[in-house]
Amino acid sequence: MAEKSIEITGLTKKYDGYVAVDNLSLSIKKGEIFGLLGPNGAGKSTTILMLLGLTQFDSGSVNVCGIDTSRYPLEVKKKVGYLPEDVGFYNEYTGLQNLFYVARLNNIPSEQAKHTALDILAQVGLEDAKDNKVSSYSRGMRQRLGLADVLIKNPEVIILDEPTLGLDPEGVKKFLQLIVGLSRKKGITVLFSSHHLHQIQQVCDRVGIFVKGKLLAEGKISSLAEQLFTKNTFTLEGGISLINDGVGKNPKPIKELTDRLTRLKGVAKVDFKDNHFTVESQNDVSHELSRLIVESGYGLSHLIKKEYGLDDIYHQYFQAGKSS
Amino acid sequence: MKNNIITTGVSKITAIDLPGRISKLRTLIAMDKSIGKNKSSFPWEPFKAMVQKEITDHIRNWRFIILFAIISLACMGTLFSTLNDGMKTLAADNAENSFFFLNLFTKSDGTLPSYFVFVGFLGPLFGISLGFDAISSEQNKGTLSRVLAQPIPRDSILNAKFLAGIIVISVMLFSLTFLVLGTGLIAVGIPPSAEEFMRIMVYTFFSIIYVSFWLNLSILFSVRFKQPATSALSGIAVWLFFTIFYPLIVNMIVKGYEPTKYASPKAIHFYENLKFYLVQIIPNELFDEITSAILMPSVRSLGPLTMEQLQGAIPTSLPLGQSILLVWPQFTGLLALTLLCFLFSYLVFMKREIRSRG
Repeated sequence: MAEKSIEITGLTKKYDGYVAVDNLSLSIKKGEIFGLLGPNGAGKSTTILMLLGLTQFDSGSVNVCGIDTSRYPLEVKKKVGYLPEDVGFYNEYTGLQNLFYVARLNNIPSEQAKHTALDILAQVGLEDAKDNKVSSYSRGMRQRLGLADVLIKNPEVIILDEPTLGLDPEGVKKFLQLIVGLSRKKGITVLFSSHHLHQIQQVCDRVGIFVKGKLLAEGKISSLAEQLFTKNTFTLEGGISLINDGVGKNPKPIKELTDRLTRLKGVAKVDFKDNHFTVESQNDVSHELSRLIVESGYGLSHLIKKEYGLDDIYHQYFQAGKSS
Repeated sequence: MKNNIITTGVSKITAIDLPGRISKLRTLIAMDKSIGKNKSSFPWEPFKAMVQKEITDHIRNWRFIILFAIISLACMGTLFSTLNDGMKTLAADNAENSFFFLNLFTKSDGTLPSYFVFVGFLGPLFGISLGFDAISSEQNKGTLSRVLAQPIPRDSILNAKFLAGIIVISVMLFSLTFLVLGTGLIAVGIPPSAEEFMRIMVYTFFSIIYVSFWLNLSILFSVRFKQPATSALSGIAVWLFFTIFYPLIVNMIVKGYEPTKYASPKAIHFYENLKFYLVQIIPNELFDEITSAILMPSVRSLGPLTMEQLQGAIPTSLPLGQSILLVWPQFTGLLALTLLCFLFSYLVFMKREIRSRG
């Protein structure tokens, strides 16, 4: 069994009667990249604050690296690097000075801190700008400096709160690559919150969907679809054509084909329109389907397997959230 | 019956769940001794780094430079006017010329207020200006959550800000004091007596406490209010209230009790006491009393005295120890007010949720 980096059980946080986080349970394995996905105001940031002991919770327990956060926040903060949403720096200091200050706050001896700071600035690609004041930094540079901040304490867990907010697509890509590379290389657990589906889809091993303080679904992106779309996860779209070369037997009527398709195991719904069809099924039936069509005397002009991405999951989820 | 009450009382006390609360409090302060096992696990290095950074920030800040310039100019101005005048005083007044250096701090020729009035007046401004954006500006810049994500106890931030402020204030006040002393020494050519020197040092120490009260008050406001402007204004409002409005209110109350010419001694005594005690909660008044007792050795009492108490007293100046004893209650009061502000800042700040911005 893999070691658990973050373990949350029954976590609840209320603000004046309004429940921000409702009975949340979640566990993240060591070395995993976990994406916390949810719309604004879903309670993602609040959860992260509770992980670090920056706010108190009403009930439940949080363990990070096996340490109880509510009792020993300092020990947790030694092991966890946290990049807050919209992080701020001391603008009148240079990037290096800012980083050096954080290193000293982490009780790193100043000689060692100087070396490490320079190394890390090179890693995040800021070595040219290290002596410029932070006030002259662009958004992307600040974000990278924030990552340097997180890395200087050599953390076991990195928590990033909306790290890609306000970055351009190229910047986002680079930033994500940097994080994934580091996590894989050093075995760092990463918890990543965002409301951008695609970024999460790109980098995360597992995803938790978080709406209105509740974790609705959790798992690999493919299995998430199964959790949310309990039936008819797979949709096949295809087109058939009549083959009139005289060799094959006469094609069976469309009606009969439909019946036979419907009888396939797992198929829930078959729709024919002209020569196009859509088949919804619980499992992947593309093999059986194509054989059946050919056997029935038709040609298969195209067959598209439609898988659900996070987009669909998200929208599905939103609808559920609204209707409840 | 009585037993019953006691047992319900006891059960109420146990219901408070003291150990639980204490452990909660401990986690807040985040210095649980059971972890790490070594009791000296308080991270001194990070704390030192924070204090250093705060001091650097203060000294580089224009706000500090401007205020420092104003205060030094005021002191220099007073010093010169006193020195001009001082020669005459020295010659004229025989009773006080044994304390010439103290006169440098308390006397002026009337064109400018004296040194101690300046310190009493500008000190609060100085304290307020050093602290009014201590926490709120970090919060607004988003650096507070970044710093608090590091393994430092939360109270370290408050302590570091406070300590840095005190250090800056001490350096400033001591350098001003020595400047005045040195100039006096050059101008007159007589070294101060040990007694005078000690009095001046004690006075400087008390004025640091006084300014640190205002510093603490403004830190409290900066914890409480998100906007630095609001917190600065609140600090100035408190200061104005205590310097202008509270004495007015006291005056009105006291007037109602004013005894007639033929009132009994008891009524007069009550009136005098009332007048005295009503102003004892004002930090300015406390500091004024401290200053006058320390810098003017001839002051024998701060409150009203009866004829009985005065009987047999020899009209000389008091030694330093007696002067300090005289202002001990005032000093304690000032210290208590300072600690009270600090306590409230702790209470507000410790349980606060730290969001990245706003």
